[in-house]
Amino acid sequence: MSGTFAVLVARDLRLAARRRVDVFLPIAFFTVAVSLFPLGVGPEPQTLRQIAPGVVWVAALLAAMLSVTQLYAADHADGSLEQMLLVPGARLSIVIAKAVSHWLLTGLPLVVAAPVFGLLFDMSAPAIGSLVAGLVLGTPVLSLLGGLGAALTLGLRSGAVLLILIIVPLCIPAIIFGAGAVAAVESGLSARGHYSVLGALLIFTAVLAPMATGAALRIATE
Amino acid sequence: MTGDQAPHANPPGDAVLTVREVECRRGDRVLFAPTSFAVQAGSIVWIRGANGQGKTTLLRTLAGLSAPAAGELVWASAPGTPPRPLYLAHANALKEDLTVAESLRFLLDLAGDPVGRGDVDGALERFGMASRKDAFVRTLSQGQRRRVALARLAAQRELQPWLLDEPFDALDTAGVELLAGVIARHARRGGAVVLTSHLPVPIDEPVPAIVALHEPALA
Repeated sequence: MSGTFAVLVARDLRLAARRRVDVFLPIAFFTVAVSLFPLGVGPEPQTLRQIAPGVVWVAALLAAMLSVTQLYAADHADGSLEQMLLVPGARLSIVIAKAVSHWLLTGLPLVVAAPVFGLLFDMSAPAIGSLVAGLVLGTPVLSLLGGLGAALTLGLRSGAVLLILIIVPLCIPAIIFGAGAVAAVESGLSARGHYSVLGALLIFTAVLAPMATGAALRIATE
Repeated sequence: MTGDQAPHANPPGDAVLTVREVECRRGDRVLFAPTSFAVQAGSIVWIRGANGQGKTTLLRTLAGLSAPAAGELVWASAPGTPPRPLYLAHANALKEDLTVAESLRFLLDLAGDPVGRGDVDGALERFGMASRKDAFVRTLSQGQRRRVALARLAAQRELQPWLLDEPFDALDTAGVELLAGVIARHARRGGAVVLTSHLPVPIDEPVPAIVALHEPALA
């Protein structure tokens, strides 16, 4: 079973390496979305510092949602998904492998890029630290929930929009506590409570989302 | 042929798969009248029916991708091992951005078949694709893609049952002959084959048993 996981992650990373442009799209989208805010809201440093965590989190959510729509679509279209599901007892490995490769290709670059955007918004060093810590815990939640949405909307015509409508509400807690952690640090409080909630969210999603995603894939390919 | 005999082969004549009064649905529509047949080890079953009659749906049901609307399927397998038919669908399951060898290797690894580098090369050689093994799948024609997908059959060491959906599609005359040879050899070694084809199956030994799907009786 760990075999299936390793084989799939290796293949997805290799495919991504062959399509580098596609890999840069989410991070490019993230950059553009985040940079629009100073232009729209105005260059007041105090205001920017205040909205920065929320802006980064919302942009991360949208970047994850945009890239996740294709998570299962290509494999579904060319018949690979069927071959994966035919491997006995591999459904959870498939779903987890897909979520892990999605996180490595979109979540991780966002985590790495976040400090740069923190500087852009004139955030303090501890605040940037808590932003990154929050993203480390929160972006895997986005990948797992996004995978669920992708499986639920597999084969539907307006799947992408439907996916965003289904999944964004489920991501709200991650945004509240992720952005809240930064706010807490900025006002001199401890963010440990926020991290605990984010960690609990991650564990909760990591246990339940793959099962639901597996069931959705089963229905989509029936 | 005895030297070929794999250890897990069912003795010829034993039913590998028994299908009893199976019905499949697509949405609300019943596709074909209840169908029963048995697939013996070492035999080839050719499922025939008009377009839209449910040949593909029946094969997917046999593969375990969907459940029958009525009736039952019984797979007989060696004790303790789940039946693992090899299902080749109409879609080739190849990735445009992988090379031929990488695609085949991925499918074999995914299925958990123990393969070495030589197996992949040998299988591609068998289907005349060895010279294109480092080419990207997106550069291949339909027929070549079909050959790569079918090369998986040549890489099999175990005698698991094969479920092939229109395997002769898109192949040229030489390809059809090649594939017929691979299928016939699998059956003669004691493997079972269920296939669909809208053209006559060019295999003489063993003679394919025909299972026809009929319109369901009006309720």
